[in-house]
Amino acid sequence: MLKSTILSFLLSLIFGFGLGISGMTNPKNVLGFLDVFGNWKPALIFVMGAGILIATPIFMFAKTKSKPILQNDFPILPEKIDFNLIFGAIIFGIGWGIAGICPGPAIVILPKFPIEILVFIGAMIIGGSAAKLIHRT
Amino acid sequence: MTHLFNNPYFLASIGGGLIGISAGLYYLFLGRIFGISGFIFSLFEKPVFIRIFSILGLLSAGLILNLIGAFNEINQISPLPILALAGFLVGYGSKLGNGCTSGHGICGISRFSKRSIVSVIIFISSAIITLLLKSRLGF
Repeated sequence: MLKSTILSFLLSLIFGFGLGISGMTNPKNVLGFLDVFGNWKPALIFVMGAGILIATPIFMFAKTKSKPILQNDFPILPEKIDFNLIFGAIIFGIGWGIAGICPGPAIVILPKFPIEILVFIGAMIIGGSAAKLIHRT
Repeated sequence: MTHLFNNPYFLASIGGGLIGISAGLYYLFLGRIFGISGFIFSLFEKPVFIRIFSILGLLSAGLILNLIGAFNEINQISPLPILALAGFLVGYGSKLGNGCTSGHGICGISRFSKRSIVSVIIFISSAIITLLLKSRLGF
């Protein structure tokens, strides 16, 4: 348990540095990336591109294992494409397009904009609770 | 060298590589999807330490980057009412759709999940249309 906890911290630290270095933490970059029909800045494609390129072989290797290295089992992940998935993605995209902030970068830039990000995350938790209540997920 | 470190494509690739390696190893070692909306919504659910320390890791990266001035150029962030609206929608959508840019975008696509591929195509399209409407209608 201690090993898992320490590792979760270290890997999240690296993930957070990755977000910061990549430019994902700057809402202006994100909005520039999404502004395909305006002044498009395509650089952030490379964040997802490089991320997927590196993560894919690791996930493929993990699939050959019967259990994760430090835990007892891999989770059973849903595979159904349903209304909630599609409607949720539409709503998430609108929110992302409004401010250029998604949950990971929000946490990473919290030290820079504490009040703004606490409002964002507070609203996020309220939004999540609303979704749970309305759709009984 | 300085050229390279000012090149947004280079930085995006290096940053993306770090994101990919950490998300991949997270799954291989801990058997969990690195999904940040999930961490936020279920912070006190099991395995509680892993979730809390994952958030703390991201936050520590932010503290260090902020200390060394890496965020100095971030000078534009939306006003509070807009952030509240955006946050609400991001929360609503990622709860309902069971994931955001990290869980669906990085992990989901890397493990060839059809669900995640559909989700990513829809949320990127939805965000692009939102921005288009914003600029065309002058919101």
